[in-house]
Amino acid sequence: MSIFVDETTKVVIQGISPTSQGLYHGLRNKAYGTKVVGGTNPKRGGEVIEGIAVYASVAEAVKETGATASFISVPPRGAADAIIEAAEAGIAFIVCITEGIPAQDEALAYNRLVREFPGTRLLGPNCPGIISPGKCNIGITSGDIALAGGPVGIVSRSGTLTYQALHELSQQGIGQTTCVGIGGDPVPGTNFIDCLAAFEADPETRAVMMIGEIGGSEEERAAEYIANSMTKPVAAYVAGVTAPAGRKMGHAGAIISGSQGTAQAKMEALTAAGVFVTQNPTECGEKMVAIVRGLP
Amino acid sequence: MDLYEYQGKQYFARFGIPTSAGGVADTVDEAVAQADAAGYPVVVKAQVKVGGRGKAGGVKLAADADETRLHAGNILGLDIKGHVVKRLWVEHASDIAKEYYASFTLDRPNKLHLGMLSAEGGVEIEEVAVTNPDAIAMLHINPIDGLDEETARSWVDRANLDAEAREQAATLLVRLYHCYVEGDCDLAEINPLILTPEGKVHALDAKVTLDENAAYRHPEWEEYADDSDIDVREKMAKEKGLNYIGLSGSVGIIANGAGLAMSTLDVVTQAGGEAANFLDIGGGANADVMAAALEVINADPAVRSIFVNIFGGITRVDEVAKGIIEAMARVKLNSPVVMRLDGTNAAEGRKLLAEHLSDRLIAEPTMLDAARHAVALAKA
Repeated sequence: MSIFVDETTKVVIQGISPTSQGLYHGLRNKAYGTKVVGGTNPKRGGEVIEGIAVYASVAEAVKETGATASFISVPPRGAADAIIEAAEAGIAFIVCITEGIPAQDEALAYNRLVREFPGTRLLGPNCPGIISPGKCNIGITSGDIALAGGPVGIVSRSGTLTYQALHELSQQGIGQTTCVGIGGDPVPGTNFIDCLAAFEADPETRAVMMIGEIGGSEEERAAEYIANSMTKPVAAYVAGVTAPAGRKMGHAGAIISGSQGTAQAKMEALTAAGVFVTQNPTECGEKMVAIVRGLP
Repeated sequence: MDLYEYQGKQYFARFGIPTSAGGVADTVDEAVAQADAAGYPVVVKAQVKVGGRGKAGGVKLAADADETRLHAGNILGLDIKGHVVKRLWVEHASDIAKEYYASFTLDRPNKLHLGMLSAEGGVEIEEVAVTNPDAIAMLHINPIDGLDEETARSWVDRANLDAEAREQAATLLVRLYHCYVEGDCDLAEINPLILTPEGKVHALDAKVTLDENAAYRHPEWEEYADDSDIDVREKMAKEKGLNYIGLSGSVGIIANGAGLAMSTLDVVTQAGGEAANFLDIGGGANADVMAAALEVINADPAVRSIFVNIFGGITRVDEVAKGIIEAMARVKLNSPVVMRLDGTNAAEGRKLLAEHLSDRLIAEPTMLDAARHAVALAKA
């Protein structure tokens, strides 16, 4: 099995045009075997672009194709509206890779999903997407670095480190159930805990590789969840041990964050939760490989 | 993007938030003219983007023109934690009956806006947060609902502000919330928010951080553009649109994606080296971006080797390879380049580079191998 997306997932590409990023990646996703059932563009309804049928709206695409997921890579100023349009059309899983959406727009869109569309899950924004190897790839991950068959689930906050994680495992012949890039924006639609819980519940996932980075407190919260609710082994790497100190946001940041947010604090929290904490992505991959090979 | 206090106050004024009468001065004579206009006594305040300026002698009270002249002369050119004061804000000194604290920011774990209000404002607010957290009244706001006057009034009551301040404070907080949301701030903070003996509430300081992702809908932000404080390497990188932070080591770093760039710093350190910079060329980087990145690193005299660490996603490795070839034709690189290229179109990229490989352009199969090689070259 896999989490969130599989071979039955039908994907619609929002904001498709002959020159769009959405078309480029959508075609690659389709070539990988993903069921890309259409695209949307209010000005191009009825057209067919490189074999992809274009609908005027997501609602129309859902009605015509039964799409269950959408892929958004439109520019920042239109992305929050695109997310809401997909939710209104009944899309259950939205992947938004757009980078640079204003935080106010993100916070509003996220809270509208929670309140008005509780059945919709958003992945991103500013994330590489999701791949369930051999079944479905939505986003910008290069499919050939993933390996089907499990048993590892990957969840990562960083884009390129998500690829690195896949690469480290696939090189060693260890496959993945699903690899989720949750993105590093201020208001991620899906967080570590959502993915860890889904991996814990997925019978084919037997171990989890987690890639965090400095800033925020998502890793600390994930550590708490792992300590209390996870039975499967987790190996982690937190990028930025040697990163320059970030700027301080007035007094407000200090008041609400305390000592959280440094790589050291995150690594300590994860270690205390029983996670195998490693020093770099290669070591994390090696640890994961050893864990998998030692599984009964 | 952080604003200077005077810019923050001007930004507050757009949203009807009261501040003291005052003006900007770059010279002693200008400071005296601003003081004359504001009315004595005045406060002369250093404009720097760093906290603790009061304790560093960057904020002084002046009773008349002579004192203004003296303090302005002392503060201009003062070095406050590495920030040299080039500009002053001179404002009429307010009598202070009470100092409060107010701010809005995003509470990331809860994904809601967070207002913080305290009757115990002032320079020790972070101390208050630790020793007496109940003295800070927190208010979570769902962006769908916003903040109305009624909620603001009950919040002000909860924070125990003085009775005569409450009505004005509630109105001001609603305006500050509008400034935070419609003004696209990451942070809108007033410390202190004061009550005067005459019963007026207004902002005595302004700390505003703007969300640069929203710049496209704020043409008025152009006047805030400021690179006077940043290092020359960072200025050059910024002109080329690169996400660069200067560091003190000798291994120049180019990576795609902030996470991989941070990880590259980590592995260079683990290999016994020290990074000269952080440079994320971003997603979708092409040959031009790669060439620009190499030029920026090449301009840093401390760099002894350059580690190019690319894992292609949106970024296509063949484009990166073209950039490296182009940059090597365009500029004479002072240091050898060690590359590690993987991901989208990596095979095509490696093929393009094959005939250019030498002891000045080295390919390594893994990130750790490349880190070790780059560190060894930097130390050679």
